[in-house]
Amino acid sequence: MGKWIAIILLSITTVGAGIWGYKENQDKNAVLIQAENSYQRAFHELTYNVDLLHDKIGSSLAMNSRDRLSPQLAEIWKISSDASSDVGQLPLTLLPFNKTEEFLHDIGEFTYRTAVRDLEKKPLSEEEIQMLEDLHKKSGEIEGELRKVQNVVMKDNLRWMDVELALATNDEVGDNTIVNGFKTVEKSVDGFEGSVTQTSLGSSGPEKSFRHLEGDKIDKKQATKIASQWLEKVSTDKLTVTKSGKGADVPMYTASFQNGDKNGYIDLTEKGGHPLTIMISRKVGEPKISLYEASEKAKEYAKGLEISNLELVESNQYDNMGVFRFLYTQNDVRFFPDSVVVKVALDNGEVLGMSAREYYNFHSERELNEPEISLEEARGKVNPNVEIQENHLSVIENDINEQVLCYEFLATMENTTYRIFINATNGQEEKVETLKKAEMKFNQEV
Amino acid sequence: MVWKKTMVVFLGLALLLFPLSELTYVKSVLGFSNQVIQQGATGDDVIELQSRLQYLGFYNGEIDGVFGWGTYWAVRNFQYEFGLEIDGLVGQEVKNKLNKASNYDEGYVKEQIRKGNDFTHYGGTPKSQQTKQGNQQQQNQQSQQNQQQQQNQQQQQPEEPTAVNVPSGYSQNDIQLMANAVYGEARGEPYVGQVAVAAVILNRIKSASFPNNASGVIFEPRAFTAVADGQIWLEPNDQAKEAVMDAINGWDPSGQALYYFNPATATSDWIWSRPQIKQIGKHIFCK
Repeated sequence: MGKWIAIILLSITTVGAGIWGYKENQDKNAVLIQAENSYQRAFHELTYNVDLLHDKIGSSLAMNSRDRLSPQLAEIWKISSDASSDVGQLPLTLLPFNKTEEFLHDIGEFTYRTAVRDLEKKPLSEEEIQMLEDLHKKSGEIEGELRKVQNVVMKDNLRWMDVELALATNDEVGDNTIVNGFKTVEKSVDGFEGSVTQTSLGSSGPEKSFRHLEGDKIDKKQATKIASQWLEKVSTDKLTVTKSGKGADVPMYTASFQNGDKNGYIDLTEKGGHPLTIMISRKVGEPKISLYEASEKAKEYAKGLEISNLELVESNQYDNMGVFRFLYTQNDVRFFPDSVVVKVALDNGEVLGMSAREYYNFHSERELNEPEISLEEARGKVNPNVEIQENHLSVIENDINEQVLCYEFLATMENTTYRIFINATNGQEEKVETLKKAEMKFNQEV
Repeated sequence: MVWKKTMVVFLGLALLLFPLSELTYVKSVLGFSNQVIQQGATGDDVIELQSRLQYLGFYNGEIDGVFGWGTYWAVRNFQYEFGLEIDGLVGQEVKNKLNKASNYDEGYVKEQIRKGNDFTHYGGTPKSQQTKQGNQQQQNQQSQQNQQQQQNQQQQQPEEPTAVNVPSGYSQNDIQLMANAVYGEARGEPYVGQVAVAAVILNRIKSASFPNNASGVIFEPRAFTAVADGQIWLEPNDQAKEAVMDAINGWDPSGQALYYFNPATATSDWIWSRPQIKQIGKHIFCK
């Protein structure tokens, strides 16, 4: 009797476990298929978009009428952005695929710039047509390679989930057909890099950073000393100092200390020992001093950089921190790229950080050309619907990364404030920014 | 006779200008603390400043307790009209003039803020015309909370501003999402390491070879392990949020890195081939 009960019970549990396991497995498969499908979709869309890209670039080359060319270029710009977004949805982050992504970006940059230009007045130059031809050729190669991969994927029912697994476990990545295919695509773009940088729109080109650093090289000992001065005179034997590796934009020393609850960190350039990033972290209590008082502390601190003419242009309170942005000025011209940011704790006014990276990255002793148009002329270029409240002369970096001298107008329309830059040489409207209003707090607990 | 008539007219005008509700209870509060208030500040003083400026008709924006551009222009116009130095700073002199020229009905303003109503604080208009109730649902929740609160709360507490400063180009929700990623990825790391991880997200947004917005970068398949294993959905602490704010405000201890990895767990050979910049905590940052 007992035997029978045991048998029945066992068989019920076995059947039960079987059903449960089957359901679990089905659920898991459903999720996997879902994930696989979204990868497949991104992949097939990518090949389609690259296909389209190649076609459209081709027909733009054959186009003669200017009024058709601009919309065509704008469309190429849009397709390249779609293709980039497709790439972003594939599990390729650990694959060397960045050249192709940069290539797509370059197509976008190039077509955007030519599409928004008045081609009537300034038609495509020889070089630009050459560029377009190059893009056409390269996109053709990429298209071919992607089509090949796509064909294999469909013929052999290859799954992207396997790519993901292969990449995750790093097991014989070399054997995966899809991965190999993408590696070939990447190789075909490789040769292209050079020609892009020549036409100076390369996003991939070497950055012109930190070229104007002044001062002599410092050694580790000096770095430790300078670091201690910036980090509240912490004793030098408490500091851990390391030198940056070969990937750094500029060789630097990094010093840090840990002192109970407080820790500090500083990056110093090897050349000149200039501080790039300073951070001190500790618990900050309720705000006790005003933002204004804090701004005075920030100004005092920034003087330690020994930069003449730093002007405070922006201050913001974030909970118990005050963050202050300074700009370098020269004869009352504000240099927007050369900025220094200082953070002050509002509980006791202690400076908790400074970032002068941008300043040292961009700053150089520049020759300033005089504005060629007058303030009144520039004023005339501003939309008559806005009310101009303030004006300055400023240097900004425009959307093709050139530094230009501009008249800066702070203007209001209704309750919104805008910052408008009018080029002081040719009167072009370089940039219009909406100055952010405070954001409403959501689901605050009242 | 003429005198009487003008008197009547004047009285009538006066009554028009000062409706009864105003007359019954107007308390002039000298509430400003003695701090100088400047652009970018938030808090109680700013609520009072905005209310007083609105009373006088200089400020037409929302009374939200954040000294933004709208308030800045209002202060400057006030300074201009009252013959003060035009610098947009609210010091003692400005406060004295403001106190003299305007009334601040603190109780009314704070009540409206607490209830989440749409309201204004113009002088010379009955308060009842200046309030629009928030939407019904919110109202109900709020009133329940209110009752509880009134029980708990004896003394008046300083009212929180209803808005916050956010760095330009980012919303609170973007910041929250990045804080989630930073917390999931680097919660055991020193603060600098967390800022560096946030900076890597921002560097990727700027880079040509990655998506160009925060969510695209964070949810790129295989980009972050915390996203892959769901740790991104842990509730981030304030430190992670602060790290994100610092990174957005321009701090980049990573040295403009695009990748980082933990040498103890990294499985990809490729990542080791990237030019390294530095190590912070357990992470190696590279280009």
